[in-house]
Amino acid sequence: MTIEKQWQTICHKDDLVKNSGVCALLANEEQIAIFQVKDDVFSVGNWDPIGQANVLYRGLIGDSKGQIYVASPLYKQRFVLNSGKCLDDETVAIKTYDTRLQNDEVQVLA
Amino acid sequence: MSIKQKIVVVGNGMVGHHFVDEMAKHDGYEITVLSAEDRLAYDRVHLSEYFSGKTAEDLALTTPEHYNELGVKFFTDAKVTNINKAEKTVSTETGDKYAYDKLILATGSYPFVPPIPGKEREHCLVYRTIDDLDAIQASANSGKVGVVVGGGLLGLEAANALKELGLQTHVVEFAPQLMGVQLDKDGGELLRNMIEGIGVQVHTQKATSEIIDGEDCVHRMVFADGTHLETDLILFSAGIRPYDNLARDFDLQIGERGGIVVNNECQTSDEHIYAIGECALWNNFIYGLVAPGYTMAKVAVDNIIGGEQQFTGADMSTKLKLMGMDVGSIGDAHARTAGAKSYTYFNEPDDIYKKIVVSADGKTLIGAVLVGDTSEYDSLLQYALNAIELPKNPDSLILPSSGEKPTLGVDALPDTATICSCLNVTKGDIISAIDAGACDVAGVKSCTKATTGCGGCAALVKTVTDHELEKRGVEVSTDICEHFAYSRVELFHIVKVEKIRNFDTLIEKHGCGIGCEICKPAVGSILASVWNDYVLQEDHLPLQDTNDTYLGNMQKDGTYSIVPRMPGGEVTPERLIVIGEVAKEYNLYTKVTGGQRIDLFGARVDQLPDIWEKLIAAGMETGHAYGKSLRTVKSCVGSTWCRYGVQDSMAMAIFLENRYKGLRSPHKIKFAVSGCTRECAEAQSKDIGVIATENGWNLYVSGNGGMKPRHGDLFATDLDDETLVKYIDRYLMFYVRTADRLTRTSVWLDNLEGGLEYMQKIVIDDHLSINQELESQMDAVVDTYQCEWKTTIEDPKQLKRFRQFVNSKAVDKNIEFVTEREQIRPARGDEKSYKGVQIHTVDITTDREVEPA
Repeated sequence: MTIEKQWQTICHKDDLVKNSGVCALLANEEQIAIFQVKDDVFSVGNWDPIGQANVLYRGLIGDSKGQIYVASPLYKQRFVLNSGKCLDDETVAIKTYDTRLQNDEVQVLA
Repeated sequence: MSIKQKIVVVGNGMVGHHFVDEMAKHDGYEITVLSAEDRLAYDRVHLSEYFSGKTAEDLALTTPEHYNELGVKFFTDAKVTNINKAEKTVSTETGDKYAYDKLILATGSYPFVPPIPGKEREHCLVYRTIDDLDAIQASANSGKVGVVVGGGLLGLEAANALKELGLQTHVVEFAPQLMGVQLDKDGGELLRNMIEGIGVQVHTQKATSEIIDGEDCVHRMVFADGTHLETDLILFSAGIRPYDNLARDFDLQIGERGGIVVNNECQTSDEHIYAIGECALWNNFIYGLVAPGYTMAKVAVDNIIGGEQQFTGADMSTKLKLMGMDVGSIGDAHARTAGAKSYTYFNEPDDIYKKIVVSADGKTLIGAVLVGDTSEYDSLLQYALNAIELPKNPDSLILPSSGEKPTLGVDALPDTATICSCLNVTKGDIISAIDAGACDVAGVKSCTKATTGCGGCAALVKTVTDHELEKRGVEVSTDICEHFAYSRVELFHIVKVEKIRNFDTLIEKHGCGIGCEICKPAVGSILASVWNDYVLQEDHLPLQDTNDTYLGNMQKDGTYSIVPRMPGGEVTPERLIVIGEVAKEYNLYTKVTGGQRIDLFGARVDQLPDIWEKLIAAGMETGHAYGKSLRTVKSCVGSTWCRYGVQDSMAMAIFLENRYKGLRSPHKIKFAVSGCTRECAEAQSKDIGVIATENGWNLYVSGNGGMKPRHGDLFATDLDDETLVKYIDRYLMFYVRTADRLTRTSVWLDNLEGGLEYMQKIVIDDHLSINQELESQMDAVVDTYQCEWKTTIEDPKQLKRFRQFVNSKAVDKNIEFVTEREQIRPARGDEKSYKGVQIHTVDITTDREVEPA
C-alpha cells in the first residue's frame, strides 16, 4: 500500500531563519531541515548520512556553479538543496521534499 | 541484414556480469544469461559488508532494468545441465533449450570443504553467497563461539564477519602461518599477533580429524595432535574449487586437479565454448581474484568480435584491510626467484613489517610484503609492474622518513602503467580521458571506471589526474573561493577602507553568487575583527560556522560541549560547585581541558540556553571555545604562591585573558604566562608566550603545540607591563589583518616575508607607522566586548533558534548515551536502542510520544 503524499503545514514563515536553517518533525517522525535562501524555501532530510547524526539544519548555506547547497556542520560535505545530491561523494544523497509558502505558512509535501 | 550471433552466458557472478557488460557494447549479438542462482550478479568482494549494514540491493552489480536496457535476456533459477556441442545448444534442469553460436562458461567456483567426518553437521557452513551469509547470521544468533577453518585471505574475512556478529572467534589453519600465499613467515607472524590482539584466537598447524558433539558447545573439533576446540558454528574457508562439472560431463578438457582448460583466447577445447573466471584453468593455474577474471572476460569479448587480445596471466598483488589491519602483498613475496634478495624493516612496537624483494642485479622490484602500514603499496606496485629502475638504496623505499624518501613522481610512470588493476585502467587511459574533456577526478572516474573496483587506487588516480591537469596549465589561484576573486587580506582591506558592515553588501559590490562555507565564515571573522558587532545578529548569523551559530562545540552526535571562561585557570569554589551542579542536573560528561578549564559535553541544542542562564547567574561568561578567537591564557601561580616565582603571572594571565577575550581572528589563539624561567605554563608552545624575569617579562611569539609543534621565537626581553601589552596588541592585530583564513600565528610567521625581524621592525620600531592604528583598533575591540551568551539569553528571538524542532517540543531520539567510567558518552550505532522512525512516533498536535504498537 502506498500512502498518498499530502501538504503538511509545518510552521509560520517567521519561524524560519533567513539564509539559515531550522528543523521540523513530520507526522511520521522524520526530521527535516528547512532553509530559507533569499526568497526561496527548501526542505531536505535532517540526517547527515556521512556524519550519522541529525544535524543538517545547522549547516552553512552556499552555492557552487549556481547550485544551492548546505554544507554539513560535521564534516563539511555539501548537499544540493533541490536534488539531495552530495557534491563531494556521489555514493550518498539526502531526501528532498517539495516545500511552499501558503498564506505565510510553510507547507511540506510528505 | 545479417542475423545476430547468439551468445549464451552460463553463470552471473561478477565475471559473468562483466562479460555481459562488455559484450553488450557491441552490436550484432544476442546475449542470453542463464544463472543457477535466484538473483543477478552482486559484489562478492565486499560481501562482509552485508553484516555491517549493506543490503543485498547495495551489493547488487546490476538490475533487471539494466539488463533490459542493454537488451540482454536473462533467466535466474536456470541451472544448465546439458551441453550439446554438435547441435550447439544448452538446456536447463527444467528442459528449456537455448541455441548458441558462442557459449561462455562463467560458472565460478565453490568453497572447498575438507573431507572431515562430521562436516555435514548442522551449523557447519561456508562463506560464499548471500544465502550463505543469511545462514551464518541465523546460526550465529543461537551460538556464542565460531570457528573459521582456513587462515587465508577469505578465511580471515570470514573471521571478521563472525566477530562482527558478536561471536567469540577462532581461526584454525593447517599451515604454520596465516595468509601463506601472500605473506612470508615474519609478516604472517605479525598479522597473527595483531589479530590475536583484537580478540580472535589463531590456531596454526592444526588438522581437524573429526567433528563430534561438544560438551559446552554444539560441536567439538578434534585435532590430529589430540587437542580439541569447542564451538557452536564452523565456517569452512579452505580454498575454492572450480565449478567444472558441465565441462566434465560434456567432454571439454579438464585439468588434472580440476578447472576447465583454456588457451590465451580463453577458449576451451571446443573453439565455440569459452571459460572465464574461477572455473577456468589457464597455464595450469586458477585465478581466485576478480581482476584477472575481468581481464579474461574482456579477452573473450575481443575474440568473439574478431580481435586478437590474449590473456597472458595476471598480477596477483593485493592490498586490503583485514579486521582494521593493513596488509599488502606484491609479486614474489616469498623471494623464490633465483638470486632474489630482500630488504626488511620490522618495527615491533608499532606493529609494522615491510619487506621488499629485488632482482639478482638489484635493479628491479619483484616482490613485497607489507603488514601494518601499506602507505607505500601504490608506488611499490608501480616499481614492480613497470620494472622501473630502483634507487641506489632500495631500502629507502620502506624505511620511515629519516631523511629524504625518494618519491616516485607520477611523471616517472610510463603511459602503459596500470593505475587501476581491477578495471585495468592505465595512465594512458587517464590521459586520454582528460584529453577528451574530463577536468577532475570525478570526470576521469566516470570516463574510465577507474577506482570503481576495490577502490584501492583512488589516491593514485587523483595524483595522476591532478598532475596531468596541472601540466595542462590549470591554474592554482589565491582567490578565497569561487565567490570572491580576492584573498582574505584583500577582503580585510576592502571591508575596512569601504566601511562595509555586512556580507550582503560585500558580495553584491565585490563578489558573485550567495557565498559558501569558505568565504562566509572568513568574512564573518573579518567583520567581527573590524566592527565587533554581535556575531549572531540577523545579517551575521548565516555567516558563522555551526560552532559559532550555536555558541558551543558540536560533537560527533550533534550535541554540544560547553566551556565557561576561567581566566588564567582560576576558579572560586562557589563557581566550581555551580559547574558541578549544572553538569549533574543536565547529566553532562565533565572533563578538565588542556587549557586549564572545564568542558561539559553532551548538551542538546535546546538545553544550551538554560545551562548558560545558570552559569551566567553565577558570574561566569562564555569561554569562546567554539570560536576562531582567543581560547585561554594558561598560567602558573607565579610569585603569589610559588617559592620560585619572580612576577605575578596569575594577575598578568587574567589581565591578558580579559583583554583579548572575544577577539575574532583567522584561527584560534592561545596564550600562556609563566612566573619564572622554569616555564611551568609552557608559554613557548603558545601563539603568545610570556615568561617572567627578574626585570619584567620576556615575550615569545608564534609558538605552537598541536599538529605541527613550533617553539615560540623570543621577540623582546625584560618588558614592563605596559610595553608588553602594547607589543601584544600590535602583533595580534597585524596577524588578524594579514593572515590567511585558518592560519595559526606559527605558520603565518613562517610564511611572512622577512619573518621575525620584519615583525620586530614593525612592532618595536614602528617601521610602517601603523602602530597607533593597530592599537586603537585593538582598543575598539576590547571596548566593545560582550559576552555573546549573555546577549543571546536576553533576546527572545535568539532563544527561539535553540529549539530542536520548530513544530514540536520533542527531542532528537537519535541522541543516546551509555555510561562509561561513571559518566555518559555517545552510544555507538550498535548500542542504540532507537533504530529509526518506525519505532516511535510523536503526535505533533499534542507533542506526546506514541508508543509502538
